Parts: sequence; C-alpha cells; structure tokens
Amino acid sequence: MTKAKINLKPKSMPENRRQLPKALTGIEGLDIITNGGLPKGRATLICGGTGTGKTLLAMEFLLRGAMQYNEPGVFMAFEESTNDLITNVVSIGFDLDGLIASKKIVVDFVYIDQYEIVEAGEYNLDALFIRLGAAIDSIGAKRVVLDTIESLFSNLPNPAVLRAELRRLFRWLKEKGVTAVITGEGGTDTLSRHGIEEYVSDCVINVTVSIEERVASRRLRIVKYRGSSHGSNDYPFVIDGDGISLIPVTSARLEHKVSYTRVSSGIQRLDAMLGGNGFFEDSVIMISGSPGTGKTTFLAHFADAACRRNERVVYFSFEESSDQIIRNMRSVGLNLDHWVKKGLLVMECRRITQYGLDMHLLLAQKLIAEYTPKVVIMDPVTSFDDIANTSDVKRIVMKFVDLMKSLGITIVFGSLTPSEVQSESSSINISSIIDSWILLRDLESNGERSRAIYVLKSRGMSHSNQVREFLMTDHGIEICDVYIGTGGVATGGARLNMLAQEKALGLKLQEEIELRQFDLENKRSILDSRIAAMRAEFAAQEASNLKMIAQEKTRQAQLSTDRTAMGKIRNVDENNTHVKVKRKST
Amino acid sequence: MSDKPIDLRVHKKTGPEDDPSKKWILRLYVAGSTIHSMTAIANIKKICEEKLDGRYVLEVIDLYQQPHLAAGDQIIAIPTLIRELPPPLRRIIGDLSDTEKVLVGLDLKPL
Repeated sequence: MTKAKINLKPKSMPENRRQLPKALTGIEGLDIITNGGLPKGRATLICGGTGTGKTLLAMEFLLRGAMQYNEPGVFMAFEESTNDLITNVVSIGFDLDGLIASKKIVVDFVYIDQYEIVEAGEYNLDALFIRLGAAIDSIGAKRVVLDTIESLFSNLPNPAVLRAELRRLFRWLKEKGVTAVITGEGGTDTLSRHGIEEYVSDCVINVTVSIEERVASRRLRIVKYRGSSHGSNDYPFVIDGDGISLIPVTSARLEHKVSYTRVSSGIQRLDAMLGGNGFFEDSVIMISGSPGTGKTTFLAHFADAACRRNERVVYFSFEESSDQIIRNMRSVGLNLDHWVKKGLLVMECRRITQYGLDMHLLLAQKLIAEYTPKVVIMDPVTSFDDIANTSDVKRIVMKFVDLMKSLGITIVFGSLTPSEVQSESSSINISSIIDSWILLRDLESNGERSRAIYVLKSRGMSHSNQVREFLMTDHGIEICDVYIGTGGVATGGARLNMLAQEKALGLKLQEEIELRQFDLENKRSILDSRIAAMRAEFAAQEASNLKMIAQEKTRQAQLSTDRTAMGKIRNVDENNTHVKVKRKST
Repeated sequence: MSDKPIDLRVHKKTGPEDDPSKKWILRLYVAGSTIHSMTAIANIKKICEEKLDGRYVLEVIDLYQQPHLAAGDQIIAIPTLIRELPPPLRRIIGDLSDTEKVLVGLDLKPL
C-alpha cells in the first residue's frame, strides 16, 4: 500500500534529541502530531465511544507495523472474531489474511460468555498471560493490541481481582518490551468506562465522533503523552479505503512563495480585463454570482484552459454530478469528458451533507495529495454553510487556502450569492482571502435579464473596472463589447436598442448634414447667379456710360471746332487761341 | 481435543450400570503448581469422588507446559474448570473452594 505524501511536516518539529524511543504508527498525520509515533515498549490507551474507530486505529497501527516497519504484531480481540476482523480491514484496504498466513500478525480471539461462567473461588488471569505470551513468542511480535480489554469487566466477576490483574498485565507487557495499544470504551466521567487510563499512564488518545448539523465528524486528540511533546488539538480524521487519514494543517503562517506566472481564465476577453494575462497561478479566485449567472460555465472554462495547458485539475462539485456537468458544458462547446478520459481532470462530486466540514477538507487534501493537481476548483464553496456555522467555514476554508497556496495550486471557488443579498458580500465571509474576485450578476431591465461580469478585485494587477455583458454561446462564453453611450451602460436588448437608436440618430444627422450642404450649395449658386446678374447689369451700365462719355466727348469736340470756326470768323486774339490749344491736348 | 496431554490425568472407569449419556467429561486448566492450582485440583477431585463416582473423566492441563491449548478452550482465567459433557458447556473459574457454587455450576445441585 502506498500512502500519498503530503509534505506537511511542521517546521518546528524538534529533532529527536534524547527523545523517548517511539514506534511509528505509519498513519502519517498521527506520527506528526505525536512527533514520531507511540511510546516504544510502553502501553498506549485509545479510548472512545462505540463506533469511534478505535479498533481500526489500533489495527492499522499493528498492520502498518508489520508491513512497513517489520514489527510483527499480536491482535488480541475480545469483541470481534478473527473472521470479522479480516473482513473489516479488507474494507479499509488491508490484507490481514495474508499477513496472518505469512506469520506477520497473529489474531487471537478471546471469547468470553458471562452466562457460561461461574466463579467459585479465587482466580487470576494467568491463562491470558500465557496465551498472549505464546502468541508473541510464536512470531516474535513487537506490537500488541488488546481490543477491548475492558470487556473483561463486563464478563468476569470480581472487578477487584481484574484491576489487580490488569495492572500486572501492563507491567508484564512493559517487561516484554512490546509496544502495546489498549482500547477502552469511553466512560461518562472518565476517559474509559472502567478507568483503566489509571494503569496506562504513558500515552492516552481519545477518539470521538461529534455530530454537527446532523453530520458526523471523527476527531482524535492526544490527551496525554508522558515524556513527549505532542499536538494538543482535536484533529479530524477519516476512515476510508486507505485506512485512517489524519492530516493536521499546522501552517498558520503566511510565508508561501509567490509566483509571477499568469494563467489564462480560458476566456480571452476576461484575460484582457485582467490586465491582459489572466490570473496569478497561485492565487485564490472566486467567481460569485446569483443562481443562473453562469458560474459553473466560467469554472468549466478555467478547467478546460488548464487541461489545454496540460495541467491536472481537480474539480469538486457539491451540487451537480460529474456527468451532469459534462453534459451541460457540452452545450457551450466545452468537452470536459475528453479531459476526464485523458486523466487530466478529476471530478469529485459529493453532496455537501455527506460529511462534516473537517471530513470534506480532509478528503479534499487526500485527493490533492494523491493527484497533485495544478488547479483546484470548488463549486460552490458556499455549500459549506449548510453544514457548519460561518466562523467554522471560514476557518476551514482558510486552512484549505493556506495549504493550496503553499503547494502553488491555483484555487477557484464558485460562490453562490442568494439573489436578494448584495452581491459584493460573500455569504461565507471569505472575501478577505480572495485574490481575484469575478462577480457575475444578472441585470434585469425592460422585461429581460442579461448577464454581466465585472472584476470586483484582482490583487496585484491592473484590471478593468467596467461591467461587461457576456453571452453563453455554443462555443463558450463571449464577453461583449461594452456599450457606453449617452444613455449610460446598457445590456441585452437595451444595448441592441441603444445601438439601433444610435444608428438611427446617426442616419438622421447624416441627412441633416446633407441637407445643409445642399442648402449651402443652393445658396452659393443663388449668390453666383446674383453676382452674374449684377455683373451683367454693371456691364450694361458701363457700356452705356462709356457710350455717353464718348458722345459727350464728340459733342465737346464738335463744340470746340465750332467755336474756333466762330473765332476765326470774329477775329479772336492770340489768348483765346492758346486756351483752345490747351484744351485740345487734354 | 485430539492431542490430549497425559499430565496429571485421573481416569475413572465407568461402571456397566451407568447410562453412557450420563458420562461426564471435565477439564481443569491450571498454570504450574501454584496454590490456586493445587487447591483447585484437590477440590475437584474431592467433588468428583463424592458426586460422580465412576461416571467421569477428569483431565488436568498445565498451561505452562501446553500454552497453545489455552486458545482452543478460550481460557483466560486460572484455574478454569470446563464441563465438556453433558451439554451445555460450563465454565467455572476460581480455585473451586466454594463447593456450593461448584455444585450449582456443574448442575449437580439445584439452586
């Protein structure tokens, strides 16, 4: 069995300097919070109520010891028969049968029926010691599990004897040098019903199942660990096909390396709105919007774009099944099925109410660790609201985001905004951890709805501040040209209407211009004709005037000739002649 | 049990007059020669002699010598007396010093 590696080792983990010798459990998260496993050669008590997973935890410790650390183990079962145990662990992916056959594990089922037993005098548990000793020696066991030794109390008389015998048993186990795990039923006031934590004082682990909003979450806590530091929180864990998974997210510091690489959103014009290059590759992106605004289509575009870049994508959907998403996205020309078949896209679809909050996070982390994607999509993240209160959701989402960032994964959340709520506030209050926030909204006017998109924020890049309309076409999302006219920003039919109006207005203006030009021409020609007429008139007058002048001159000359003639006739003196000559020269 | 040990074996022949269905098979598990063990052996022998004269087989098994037998009969306490026959199976734990309880446990005496 190969367990996926998530590098979550706390940085502050102290080096093993003179630490208590420890036995690794092989359950990675548990080894981290215990700083290296359970106390070697000592006894650990795992207590918890019915169905909390204590038997499986103990069993996995034993199985992994046998498989990974070459430490054979003895499982002494007081409650379940060997066959039941074999069947149970097959369901979590272990081959107990095979390990028994190869003498790595011995299972000894101790059957006690209180109705068969009569006590008649003093007794001790030597037979149990002998049985256990024989089993340990038969395979050279290093690990022992006693599950659940407390059932002795309900089946055997004389608790005082039992207490003394248990104390002796634990001492004996320590002498044997085996690492023991003892399970105990949780009590009401005490950790275990019969208070056996009093005898097992080295390490006590409590496992619980809590129900929040009718969803169960498993938690594990180290109550005490003598001689060792340990994580003290309530750590969530899951039991699934790979056994127990417990991933403590210890990173609370914001010191992940940042990337300057940009990745496309899959929609060219959206990239253009984000300064031309799309998102930063390690950013947290949120696409929020009211129902029916096309969030999933945007997310699918993003997934498609990542797959085109040959990057792996994990798509968590809490509302639609993968087939449904694939079918629906086909209608906008996105063939996600192709990527699924190619192994680039993993779609993980489950109802949000299926698990508790911690479980969801854990399962997500597990899948991510297994699959090492470059892009993680979660749609819609607001679903978490249904199973936990807002502060818990915020805490979990933040943890998740921190982890994703530290792994350099682009994370895209879909976020559903109820229509009546102001769309700029995310209902789960995670707006502060979002790097790029794309808001989708529907605009209703003149009896129709149209979809609009704008970039509410996008840290570290210049971005468009315009509300743009977009259309869902059979080849994907198309962001339309923005209409900014005299009537403000318009979308949909109104936008088309505006455009038509604008066109009509343009035509009218053109007509007017033409009209004016015509008028002008007209006026010009009138003017020209007038000028011509005036010229003609002037010419006529000029001609007549010239004629008159000529006539006058002729008359004047005639007059002068006549006068001279008259003078000659009347013997005019020289002076008169002089005057006559002068006149003539002019 | 196929490989019956022959340690401390007490065998009484059944008389011809006895109904074979009334034959008793008892096994006593002990661990070494501790006080508990010795007391138990003495007590059960006495009870058998008195109550089941000639109708029983008593086998005493020392788990220190044959530890693998403990799992087979689901023994955890020492001493344990098992009534194999007649059915149903009975277990009596302790050093059998409380004779009343032993008799009740073995159905040799009504409550």
